[in-house]
Amino acid sequence: MITFQLNGLSVSVHSPGDAPLLWVIRDELGLTGTKFGCGIGFCGACTVHVEGRATRSCVTPLGAIAGAKVTTIEGLDPEGRHPLQAAWLELQVPQCGYCQSGQIMQAATLLKDYPDPTDRDINAVMAGSVCRCMAYGRIKKAIKLAATRMRGVPHG
Amino acid sequence: MYGTNITPDSKTGIGTWPLDAFLRAMREGVARDGSHLFPAFPYNAYTELTYDDLRALYAYLMTRQPVSAGVPSNTVPFPLNVRALQEGWKLLFFRSGRFQSNPAKSGEWNRGAYLAEALCDCGGCHTPRNSLGAEKTSGVYAGTVVDGWIAPALDRANPSPLPWTQEDLFTFLRTGTSSLHGAAGGTMIPVIRDALALAVVPDSDVRAIAVYFSDVNQPAVRASSVDATVREAIATSDLAVDQPYDADATLYASACMSCHYNGRPAPVPARPELALNSALTLPEPTNFIQVVLNGVSSINGAPGLVMPAYASLTDIEIARLAAYLRRTRTKRPPWNDMEKKVAAVRRESAGR
Repeated sequence: MITFQLNGLSVSVHSPGDAPLLWVIRDELGLTGTKFGCGIGFCGACTVHVEGRATRSCVTPLGAIAGAKVTTIEGLDPEGRHPLQAAWLELQVPQCGYCQSGQIMQAATLLKDYPDPTDRDINAVMAGSVCRCMAYGRIKKAIKLAATRMRGVPHG
Repeated sequence: MYGTNITPDSKTGIGTWPLDAFLRAMREGVARDGSHLFPAFPYNAYTELTYDDLRALYAYLMTRQPVSAGVPSNTVPFPLNVRALQEGWKLLFFRSGRFQSNPAKSGEWNRGAYLAEALCDCGGCHTPRNSLGAEKTSGVYAGTVVDGWIAPALDRANPSPLPWTQEDLFTFLRTGTSSLHGAAGGTMIPVIRDALALAVVPDSDVRAIAVYFSDVNQPAVRASSVDATVREAIATSDLAVDQPYDADATLYASACMSCHYNGRPAPVPARPELALNSALTLPEPTNFIQVVLNGVSSINGAPGLVMPAYASLTDIEIARLAAYLRRTRTKRPPWNDMEKKVAAVRRESAGR
């Protein structure tokens, strides 16, 4: 039995320590906002937060996060209104939407480290989050819009 | 080798040992029945402990709960298993004697040296051994391989791109990580988390050890401009953004860059800067391969930081990542036989 915090609640799961965290979140705990993409940590679709930082859950063994705080897209904001989520909606970022929870979780860590990200910061940190619909232009715009609002600078 | 029962149980532990027997074991490597202890028990270090400290250790051990537990016989191969031969080994390699302080150095330095040599036995992992398993007197703290990881050199040959300052060492030994060097791995993790834990060892002692090793590290000899080195390191951090047609860089951008990228001017502590990490500058890729294959769990390395385990990458992919980073982040010669080395670490990790 391994215990950790998921979206603020303590959970204990039966999966073995080497089970990928993604499987535990989706199959054992039933939160399906986090997606399975490549399964080898190369596409970013499965990104969640561990202790507040973007982490690819498909290659993170459950045992590695024992006792830690895990946040999924469902827990990023209690009402689903994180500035990134608001910007995503406003700019109609997704096309198919499969990668977006991973994109948003990765972008949240980007803005924590770089509240006013340059294009290079965005390109570098988001490079590992693949969007097969090629929504990259809108993703970048939404990140900048959210960054502006999170810094409290009037949007205009 | 199995560690013996050192609870005060009278049958299976050391419950019937008087203080003198304990002192002799610690200082001379001789058990109560007169047999020689194997040097896996570091009496070569403990011989330097003061009488007061040994007596305090004795008092602590003798007041633990006795546990009746036999220990499996050691599987030491012949002729090393002949305890009488240990006498010859001692004649060759062991000198009994207390720690001698160095009057030319500060009290804090001497406290650190005493803790490092007599109590912590840092050389047990960081000093290479000869063919008979004795620490080489000519290579103190020159670095060696322990439990599948490289315990890096702590002297001026230390591979870290920046010298270790007192402050860096203190932070590293206290928290398990230093933003200008990287996080602890392998057997150094329990050393920091358990043996040097805040509840056990006060800041003053950790600082003394830091003072001692920052001197062993010879920062004056290794002097380099911290600012310039950090600037150069960070300039490599986003290279992959401009290398869309380099297959190795693409591999790096997909798997590693989202966490390891650092923008200017300084590395973010939660974004380990690979160009400052000794995993890439060591003579062998062992530690790099260990971290890539096994990741870092939340209770290891930097507090709260988790690195996924990239064991699903092929040997070839890990070899290419290593070659790419060695090529772009360091000025050192390429590592050889990478695929074989990845396969070897993978086999060895699976057996653990």
